[in-house]
Amino acid sequence: VFPETFPIRFLLCEIAHAKQEILKWNGWGYSDTRFLFNKKGQAEFTGKRYRLSGMIIPALQNWFEGTFGASVQHKSPPILTSSAVQPPTLNEAFVDELKSTGIPCSHDAEDRVFRGHGHCLHEVFALREGKVGRVPDIVVWPNCHNDVVKIVELACKHNVCLIPYGGGTSVSSALECPPEETRCIVSLDTSQMNRILWIDEKNLTAHVEAGIVGQELERLLNESGYCTGHEPDSMEFSSLGGWVATRASGMKKNIYGNIEDLVVHVKMVTPQGVIEKGCQCPRMSTGPDIHHFIMGSEGTLGVVTEVTMKIRPMPEYQKYGSVVFPNFEQGVACLREVAKQRCAPASIRLMDNEQFKFGHALKPQVSSIFTSFLDGLKKFYITKFKGFDPDRLCVATLLFEGDREKVLQHEKQVYDIAAKFGGLAAGEDNGQRGYMLTFVIAYLRDLGMDYYVIGESFETSVPWDRVLDICRNVKARIIQECKDKGVQFSPLSTCRVTQTYDAGACVYFYFAFNYRGLSDPVHVYEQVEHAAREEILANGGSLSHHHGVGKLRKEWMRETISDVGMGMLKSVKNYVDPKNIFGNRNLI
Amino acid sequence: IDPMLKKRDDFEDILEERRNSSDLKYALRCYTPVLYKGVTPCTSSMLKSMVLQSDQLHYVINQVSKETGKATDDIKEEASAILEEMAQCLQLSTVRFFAFTLSKAFKTLFRSICVNEDGIQRLQQAIQEHPVVLLPSHRSYMDFLLMSYILYTYDVALPVIAAGMDFMGMKFVGEMLRMSGAFFIRRSFGGDKLYWALFSEYVKTMLKNGFAPVEFFLEGTRSRTSKSLTPKLGLLNIVMDPFLKGEVFDVNVVPVSISYERVLEETLYARELLGIPKPKESTSGLFKARKILSEDYGSIHVYFGQPVSVRSLAQGKVNRCQFNLVPRHIPRRPSEDIASFVNDSAYRLVRAQEENMVLKPWVLVASLLLQYHHQNQAAGQKRGIALGELTAQAVWLRDLSRQYGAFLHWPDHIPPSEVVSSSLTLHRGLVRICEDKVQLAVEQGPHSSVAPEEELLSQAVILLSCASYRNQALHVFVRPALLALAIHTASSNQKQEVFNSFSFLRNMFSNEFILCPGATVQDFEEACYLLVKTGALQFTQQEVLVTERGHRTLAFLSTMLDPFLQGYQVVCRFLCEEATETLTEKQFIPAVRKFIKKLLLAGRLRYMEVLSSDLQKNSLAALLRLGAVRKMKG
Repeated sequence: VFPETFPIRFLLCEIAHAKQEILKWNGWGYSDTRFLFNKKGQAEFTGKRYRLSGMIIPALQNWFEGTFGASVQHKSPPILTSSAVQPPTLNEAFVDELKSTGIPCSHDAEDRVFRGHGHCLHEVFALREGKVGRVPDIVVWPNCHNDVVKIVELACKHNVCLIPYGGGTSVSSALECPPEETRCIVSLDTSQMNRILWIDEKNLTAHVEAGIVGQELERLLNESGYCTGHEPDSMEFSSLGGWVATRASGMKKNIYGNIEDLVVHVKMVTPQGVIEKGCQCPRMSTGPDIHHFIMGSEGTLGVVTEVTMKIRPMPEYQKYGSVVFPNFEQGVACLREVAKQRCAPASIRLMDNEQFKFGHALKPQVSSIFTSFLDGLKKFYITKFKGFDPDRLCVATLLFEGDREKVLQHEKQVYDIAAKFGGLAAGEDNGQRGYMLTFVIAYLRDLGMDYYVIGESFETSVPWDRVLDICRNVKARIIQECKDKGVQFSPLSTCRVTQTYDAGACVYFYFAFNYRGLSDPVHVYEQVEHAAREEILANGGSLSHHHGVGKLRKEWMRETISDVGMGMLKSVKNYVDPKNIFGNRNLI
Repeated sequence: IDPMLKKRDDFEDILEERRNSSDLKYALRCYTPVLYKGVTPCTSSMLKSMVLQSDQLHYVINQVSKETGKATDDIKEEASAILEEMAQCLQLSTVRFFAFTLSKAFKTLFRSICVNEDGIQRLQQAIQEHPVVLLPSHRSYMDFLLMSYILYTYDVALPVIAAGMDFMGMKFVGEMLRMSGAFFIRRSFGGDKLYWALFSEYVKTMLKNGFAPVEFFLEGTRSRTSKSLTPKLGLLNIVMDPFLKGEVFDVNVVPVSISYERVLEETLYARELLGIPKPKESTSGLFKARKILSEDYGSIHVYFGQPVSVRSLAQGKVNRCQFNLVPRHIPRRPSEDIASFVNDSAYRLVRAQEENMVLKPWVLVASLLLQYHHQNQAAGQKRGIALGELTAQAVWLRDLSRQYGAFLHWPDHIPPSEVVSSSLTLHRGLVRICEDKVQLAVEQGPHSSVAPEEELLSQAVILLSCASYRNQALHVFVRPALLALAIHTASSNQKQEVFNSFSFLRNMFSNEFILCPGATVQDFEEACYLLVKTGALQFTQQEVLVTERGHRTLAFLSTMLDPFLQGYQVVCRFLCEEATETLTEKQFIPAVRKFIKKLLLAGRLRYMEVLSSDLQKNSLAALLRLGAVRKMKG
């Protein structure tokens, strides 16, 4: 039996114009899609968009209550009316000239609030409490590169602050309006710039407007038999321009590369004019690569409008897989070996024991007695026959992609390596469910928030020899800090090694706790996250692998890139944007 | 914090049960200690191969091979032999053997062995959570057997113990100790990279894997004077390293204070300090020590202190990012911030040991008798002090030391005179009571057949023994005593003058007493606080004033430091008068000893304590540190 290819993410794609009509304003994702505990206390996933949609998830309640000490009786629902939004500070001259260009704009409160935040815990928590801080004063929707040029010119002329807005999935406080900003803040929403302008089959590139969101880009390319293969966990909502501006990374980077490997040409509009290269060459020796000023600039220098990206023919065959290891140490050793032999599949991730259990709790109701019998048998085999400790074992999830024969060969190679580290093949199902966890996690956070549980994920990259140490120490630090800060229930503190590289790995942490009894849970949360980041840095981890710095992690930039490094970035900013038109104050 | 408010746990006598039930049963009972939650089960021999296969060792072996031209295989063999010589092979059966024999011995030697059970419980907890390092004070060979004995009794994980190589001289005993968890280190291996790598990796491997708590003596060696010794940093550096490099989340360090009412080695130590050669450790020597078994050594108090998290100690003091840029297995000198962090921590830990040392009434009585002895001698009197007066003074000192936060075990339900008498009885070798007059048992006069120098030495043995008891209380009094001395020596009562003089004295004596580096101001404030609180001092805007009733306290305190002051003075005098450029370090002690003996015999020095080689070494070290004396090579 072959697995269905591709389908775990989404069945329906449809976001273009008025986002807030189909997306939640105070939570993650589509309005019609959410987790809830039904009257019987069973968890259910609503809507029709995902494979899990419409299903009952019987084990979730137990896991949820057991892990957090929470109860489905204790609800903390969101407040649905928001407090009064500050009236916009409008720069009349700017607005007048903008209107004369015919580019659509709005200062409707709903439009403004929607674009005044990303998805950090404190941002979503505030929205759920109906609290709205400083938001953009006006939203503009350019339709093309030239519109952006006009907007930036006007912004410079009238000294207003521009904040580019793509998919709104930032988790670095990058979209927060600086409270100290007194000028009119204009949110530049790129969502209307969502066309593929051309596809070049000879060079396998596509020229795309930067406002396109990931799933739309894939869908359109698929129609012509191509894909980019760039799949960040947020790809349903995040935009191409956002990926470039934050140095995004995709799940399948082992085959397709990260955004910096995929980009061939970028066009960015800055207050000094448009920056771009004069050719579309694969590599150049022409001084420092100007793309690297653009990638990761986090909206501080300009707006990315068009990108030429590599494309690939759609894979013929895809196969999920999973391996169970007796413990996390063995699992990491296996991933290290796979990386050493440079035979990593499209994706390989290693979840720790807690995350394995978490993933397990998301198993939908099984339809037949036979399946549940088989499950029981598998469990028996692994824990009793093979002697794996259910509280120590961990699982690696795999995704292979390519032509069928090669995939099968590749699969064998990886499973052979795994066997050397005590790994047992554990089926496609476990693998697929592992990947499901990553895109439903944000919906699950909303469910948690309905029951006094708050949480967040954060990531880092780290050399191989540090992987085990950083995982252990950061998880332990989270637990200790929670205790010290008066959290009354033990938190969920879990991680996975989510990407492998030649010289290290990317590690992803989930952290959540039950905040009943705390007067200022968000503050406690922030203190713990801060401590966790300090621990990451002390253990040789990076400030960020792909989430970016934003305003949330700015304080550590200097020690991350040195004084001179900071000076270099600042001098670029000073040249490109001396009046700080792109004034979101991210990064530096 | 008011030192009086120090809360300490209650004690439980573990010998009581031993006196009432079978030792054999006890030695054979089921032993199931709680282990570290992250333990990777492994055997003693697996540990050795883990060490030999570690990146650290590979690196050093290659390095040594490059430097010396030796083949790596030869060096590996050498390494394996060193490890063989070093490694412990902890066996429960040996521990059971010790549990049995020590039960017998302890019951004859000691009245009680008292342990704070709350401390044991905290230790259990700590062992479960993080790798643990045990840091007992070191006053006797007994210490580490006693520690293991107690841990066995309470079903706590048995430690592996860093022991000096000199034990290996006793073949059989050495192997027995090895099987009870001791591992052996050479006393000095300065530049030997391979040895250092093996040793540090061996300790770290045991610690990181949670094989067993690692025990060592921060003071490096047994204190012959009962004063805490300046901490040695080598092993502390090693055990902190896994935390600093992120290899473990935390390390818990547990200071343990072992106080003996009478130290087994009491007069041995005094002889050693006086340069009367010590018998080499040998198995037969140990058996000769059997006569010890017939004596009463009172009780032992063992206090397991609050576990100290290395992580919280390092908070804000060490930037752990410094290990990010070089692979962690490449040996590097500790950076400045780490070196000073480890040094500060070491002092804090020794102070934590000191704080929980139990003081017996005898310690106070000995302090008083010593002062009385010297005053009388100066006045040419040889009568001793009336028991009643001694008691009254002891009660005064009891109250004072309590106010200073001493952990004093004075039985309040017994009349003070009985408390004093029974202390005197236990230490009858050191005192003489004659017609209700008490004095130190210093022979004088009648034995004219003995050469004066021999008589001097035998008197000194008694005085040094006595002084070692007084020294037990020094940590309680040292700061106020330095202040008392400072007030005494300062040119005026101006606060600043007094502080300067305090600071000078403190600096001078920082090889002598445990005074944390860089804590002059805190120490000064602590001293002022104590003396003001007890009504001995008053502060005006500018001046420090001694109150009416403060004179007695201040006199007592500064007299306490007098022998040390005289010791340093006489060493200076020796260096000025007799030292030439040809004086080697080795010759220093014998030469200064000869010089001092001469002065003592001529009656020109008051304190025989200045004969103590410890005092002489410390003063030389202080003079070196202060730049008054220089070492020359060649």
